Amino acid sequence: MSHRVLLMLIFFVLCNTGGEIAMSYGMKQVGEPQGFRPMALLRFVWAAARNRWLWVAIPLLAASFYSLLILFSWAPVSVVIPASASNYIVGTFGAKYLLKEDVSFKRWMGVALVITGVAIVLRTGGH
Amino acid sequence: MSHEHRLRFKTLVMVLLMMVCANTGDLMLARGMKQIGKVVISVPGLQHALWMTIQNASIWIGILFLIGFTLCYMTAVSWADYSFVMPAGAIGYAIQTMLAIVVLHEVVSPKRWIGVTLICVGVLLVGQTKPNTTNVAVLPS
Repeated sequence: MSHRVLLMLIFFVLCNTGGEIAMSYGMKQVGEPQGFRPMALLRFVWAAARNRWLWVAIPLLAASFYSLLILFSWAPVSVVIPASASNYIVGTFGAKYLLKEDVSFKRWMGVALVITGVAIVLRTGGH
Repeated sequence: MSHEHRLRFKTLVMVLLMMVCANTGDLMLARGMKQIGKVVISVPGLQHALWMTIQNASIWIGILFLIGFTLCYMTAVSWADYSFVMPAGAIGYAIQTMLAIVVLHEVVSPKRWIGVTLICVGVLLVGQTKPNTTNVAVLPS
């Protein structure tokens, strides 16, 4: 596997997970819409638009999408898509240490399996 | 048909649609990027790639399918528990690998299949978690 594929994968995962964590954090601050009437939805969209975490999330998610496109141009789909499951690894650490969520033993076991699987997939391709 | 059966049936249809949209979307993006060629990491290289992606029909079709996936996903989780919808995401990695062989004629070694299988099982386990473990009220602004 080439170093540039690995570096771009790390960039993709960090942007994607960072974007999703920022989005999740921002949406938890914004809260649920108070009903589905147009005014309630407008108030919800206005509150979301004023949340700085959403403005952190949007460029990160855009960068992650573009880096995924670059990965598709460099490596086979059968490597890029399974390797993108690395999101779950970084996402679980982010959920535990940034969002202070409880992470079960079962979930850590899943993360260990994903790490092993991604390592095997990357060793078989990505030239 | 009882309400529960109807709900199960329509959720299954939505999950199937979700998988079709996600897999087709990714395949179209990959096809588009293969048509464009390898992206060069430099300012002119990235500008050229960005311009080419904007002009590529496969990329736009891929984006449309991924928007479709998001809508199906949101609908499915509004009808059923996340734990019911989530396994589709895990199986998606195996389906995508299969489609890469059939549609894009990629060669996948048995070793890569072992890696994909471990990822599927791992993602399934990661998904077996409570939907909410935090107290929203304590989040600082």
